[in-house]
Amino acid sequence: MTDATYTGGKEPAKHGLLTVDARTKKRNASEKRFRLYGLAAIGAGVFFLVVLLSAIISNGIGAFQQTFIEVPVYLEEAKLDKTGNRDPAEMAKVSTFGYSPLIQNSLWKVVVDSGAETPLEDGGDVKQMISASAAAKVRDWVLANPDRVGETVDFQILASSRVDGYLKGRVSRESIAQDKNIDAEHLDLVDVLREQGVVHKSFNWEFITGADASESRAEQAGLGVSMLGSLFMMITVLLLALPIGVAASIYLEEFAPTNRFTDFIEVNISNLAAVPSIVFGILGLAAFIQFAHLPQSAPIVGGLTLTLMTLPTIVISTRAALKAVPPSIRDAALGVGASKMQATFHHVLPLAMPGILTGTIIGLAQALGETAPLLLIGMVGYIATNYPEGVFSGFLSPNSAMPAQIYEWAKRADPAYYERAWGGIIILLLFLLAMNLIAIVLRRKFERRW
Amino acid sequence: MPVLWLILIVLALAVAGFIAGRARAISGAGDDRRALHSLPNYYGWNVAMKAMVPAFLALVIWLIAQPFIVNTKATSLLPETAIPEGSTLGLVMSDVRRVADGLDLAVEQGLLGASEAADLTVTGSDIRATLGSAGVAVGSEISPEILAAAQSYRSSNATGNLLRSLVVIGLALVGGALALAQTKPDFRARNAVERGIRAILVGAASLAILTTIGIVLSLVFNTIEFFRIYPASEFFGSFTWSPSFGGGSQLGIWPLLWGTLYISLIALLVSVPIGLFAAVYLSEYAGPKFRSVAKPALELLAGIPTIVYGLFALLTVGPLLLSVFGRDGLGWMQAGTAVMTAGLVMGIMLIPFVSSLSDDIINAVPQSLRDGSYGLGATKSETIKQVILPAALPGIVGAILLAASRAIGETMIVVLGAGAAARLSLNPFDAMTTVTAKIVSQLTGDADFASPEALVAFALGMTLFVMTLGLNVFALYIVRKYREQYD
Repeated sequence: MTDATYTGGKEPAKHGLLTVDARTKKRNASEKRFRLYGLAAIGAGVFFLVVLLSAIISNGIGAFQQTFIEVPVYLEEAKLDKTGNRDPAEMAKVSTFGYSPLIQNSLWKVVVDSGAETPLEDGGDVKQMISASAAAKVRDWVLANPDRVGETVDFQILASSRVDGYLKGRVSRESIAQDKNIDAEHLDLVDVLREQGVVHKSFNWEFITGADASESRAEQAGLGVSMLGSLFMMITVLLLALPIGVAASIYLEEFAPTNRFTDFIEVNISNLAAVPSIVFGILGLAAFIQFAHLPQSAPIVGGLTLTLMTLPTIVISTRAALKAVPPSIRDAALGVGASKMQATFHHVLPLAMPGILTGTIIGLAQALGETAPLLLIGMVGYIATNYPEGVFSGFLSPNSAMPAQIYEWAKRADPAYYERAWGGIIILLLFLLAMNLIAIVLRRKFERRW
Repeated sequence: MPVLWLILIVLALAVAGFIAGRARAISGAGDDRRALHSLPNYYGWNVAMKAMVPAFLALVIWLIAQPFIVNTKATSLLPETAIPEGSTLGLVMSDVRRVADGLDLAVEQGLLGASEAADLTVTGSDIRATLGSAGVAVGSEISPEILAAAQSYRSSNATGNLLRSLVVIGLALVGGALALAQTKPDFRARNAVERGIRAILVGAASLAILTTIGIVLSLVFNTIEFFRIYPASEFFGSFTWSPSFGGGSQLGIWPLLWGTLYISLIALLVSVPIGLFAAVYLSEYAGPKFRSVAKPALELLAGIPTIVYGLFALLTVGPLLLSVFGRDGLGWMQAGTAVMTAGLVMGIMLIPFVSSLSDDIINAVPQSLRDGSYGLGATKSETIKQVILPAALPGIVGAILLAASRAIGETMIVVLGAGAAARLSLNPFDAMTTVTAKIVSQLTGDADFASPEALVAFALGMTLFVMTLGLNVFALYIVRKYREQYD
C-alpha cells in the first residue's frame, strides 16, 4: 500500500466542529419548523377552547340579569273584589285580563310622575314595556294576600324582553324600526326611568328556578323545570346503569370463561360504545314508546335510553378498576377459605369502588349533556311550564331536560332566547364541572396505587 | 293492582322469607351455628332470592306480553269497515286505547260507576263529554265498533292485571315456600345463593347483547316497513330529497350522504393535522410540566356536550363566516348555516379525540426505536417522521377512522349548524344536510308514524348504523392486523 494522497479536484469542504454547513443548517431549520408546527397545533386547540369558553360566557352571562320595573300598583277594590268580602275563591274569578289595566295605569302614573316628555297618552300605550307575565304574578300575589286589596303595593315587575334587550345592548333604536312589539318612544321612556332608578337590572333567580315560557315571553323563561327533568333522568340512569354495569363487569372480569359467548359480549360492548347516540334515540323511540307504550317525553324514557347509552362507558371503566386490584388480594382471600364470590364481593369490589364511582360519575356527566337521543323521544317541542307534582309524576309526566331545553331555546325565533340558551349552557357546564371535580377528588382521595 | 304495589308486596315477601329462612336454619341446627353448612344469612338469602327472582321475571315478561295480547284481541273486534278512509289501523287502535283509558279514568274520578262504564252505548250517552270531563280528549265521534273494541280492551286488561297479580304473588309464595322447605342444616345454601348471583351477573352482561339486538330489530323492522311502502330502488337510486307530508315525496339518500361525507371530510381536515401535530408535540417534545397543563386543556374540548358546539356553530361561527364569505365579503355564502360552519366546529370537537388516541399510540412505540435513530445521527423530527410515525401508522389510521365514524354519527352540530336544504353541491359554503339531521327532522315532525316520511328515518338510521359499525370494525381490524408486536 502506498501513502497515496488525493491531490486533484476540489478542496474538501472545510467544516469543523465550530462551523455549521448548509445541510446541517437545513436540517436544524426543519427541526425547528416541525417543533413549531406542534406548538402551533396545541396553540390552535387551546385557542379554540378559549374562544368557545369566552363566547359562552360573554353571551350567556346576561341571562342571569333581568330588567325589572318598580311599579307601585294600586289594587283597585272595585275591579278585583266587587263584593268586598275578600273571599279568595270569589276573587279568583277575576282573570289576568282584569289585572293588566291596573298595572298599566300604575306604570303610566309612574311615567307621569317622572316628568318625562312623551307622545304616549295613557296606560294602554306603555303595555309594551311590561312582560305579559306581570298580570299573572300580581294576581297570584293578590290571591295569596286578599286583605291587601285597596292598597297600593310596590311590585318588581318583569320588563318585556325588548326593554330587557335594550338595557343589555341587544336592542337598539335602529333594530326596532320594523318591530311592532315596541317603539322608540318606549325606549326614550326607559332611558328616563332608568336614570331615576325605576327601571333596573338585578339578579334573575327565575332563570335558574323558573319554568319555560311561551315563545313570546322570553323574559319569563327559566331552566328550573327542565333541571328537574334532568335530575329524574339522572336518577333513573344511576339506579339502573350502576348496578347493571357493575354486575356485567364483575362477570366479565372475574368469572367469565374464555369462550365464544364471552367474546361475543365483549365485541358487543365495544361496538355499543361507538354507536352514534342518535341510534340509541331510535332504539328508545321504537322500544320504549312504540313497543312498550311508555309515555312520550317522560324522564323515565329518557333515563332508560341514556342508561343503555352509558352502560358501555361504565362497564369499560369498572373493568379497568377491577383489573387494577392486584391478584394477590384475591389469592389471599381464596387462601383463607373464601369462595370466589366472597373474594370478589368482600375484597375486590370494595377496593375497586373509588374507580367504579369515578367512572360512573363521568358516565353520568356524559349522559347529562347528551341531547340527540332526547330529540327523538319527544323531549323537545314540549314546553315545560309546570313543575312535576311529585316523585311519581316527576318520572312519568312529560318534561324537558336541560340540553333539550337549550336546544328548544336555540330554535326559537326571538333573539332574546339565544341569550337564555347561552345562559343555560353556563348552568349545564357548571353541573358538568362539578361532577368532574367530584370524580377527580374521589380519585385523588381514595385511589390506591399497588 | 298497580305494578308498584306488586313490587312492594314481593319485596316484603322476600324480606319475610329472609327472616324466616335464617330463623329456620338456626333452629334446625339446634341453635348451634357450627352444625350449619353455610353461614345463617345464606339460608335467608336463599329463600329471599327464590321468592323474588322468579316473581320479578314473571312480572317483566307479563308486562311486555300483556299489551300485545290485549291489542290483538281488541284489533280482531274491529271490522274492516271501522277504519275510515285515509286512516290506518294504528290510528284507530290509538283511539280505542284512548277511549279505554278515558273510561278507566272516569271511573277512577267517580264520574261513572263501574257497571255504568261497562254498559255504555254510543247512543245512550255522550261519551265524548264524559271523557272530556275526565281530561281525555277524543278527536272524532266514537263509533260502536270502537266502543266495543275499547270495552274488550278494558275487560281483557282488567283480567290481565288481576291474573298478573295472582301469578306474581303466587310465584313469590311458592318459590319462598319451596326454598324454606329446603332449609335444613346440611343444605348447601351458600352454593345455591352463589349460583343464583352468578346467573344474575350473566344476565347483566347479556344486556349488551340485548341492546344490540334491540337496536338491530327496531331498525330492521321499521326499515322493512318503509321499503314496503316506498321502493328501495328509489331510496338508493334517486338524487333528490324532497319529502312532502302530503304524499308524493322523493326520498333519495344521496344528497344526505353527500352532505354527511362532505361535512365529515372538512371536520377531519381540521382535526387530523391539529390533533396529530399536538399528539406528536405532547409525546415527543413537551416536558412533563407543559404536558400536564396542555393535555387536560385539550381534553376539556372533549368533555363539552355537543349541544354547546351546536350553539357555537349556529350563533358564533356561522355569523363570523358569513361576515367574511357572505354578501358583504366574498359573496360565496348565503346564510350562516353551511357545510363549512358545521365542519369547522365538528373539527374542533374532534381534535382531542384524534390527539389523545394518537398520543397513546405514539407513546406505545418502544424507546429503543428512537434511541436507534438518534444513534445514527437523526434529528428528533427526522426520527419522528421516518421511524415513529411509520411504526405508529396503523394505530393512527385506526384513530382517524374512529374519528370519521364519530363525525358521521354526530347530530347536534349538524342539526343546528349545517342547514336543512338537501342538495348535491361542491361549494362548502352552501347549506347542506346530513343523515343524522334528517333522522331528527323526520321523526320530530308531525308526520304519522306509518307514513313513508317518518319511516324513512329508520332506513336512514340503518344506513348510519351500518356505516359507523363498518368503520369501527375496519378500524379495529387495521389496528390488529398491522400492529407491530414489540415487547
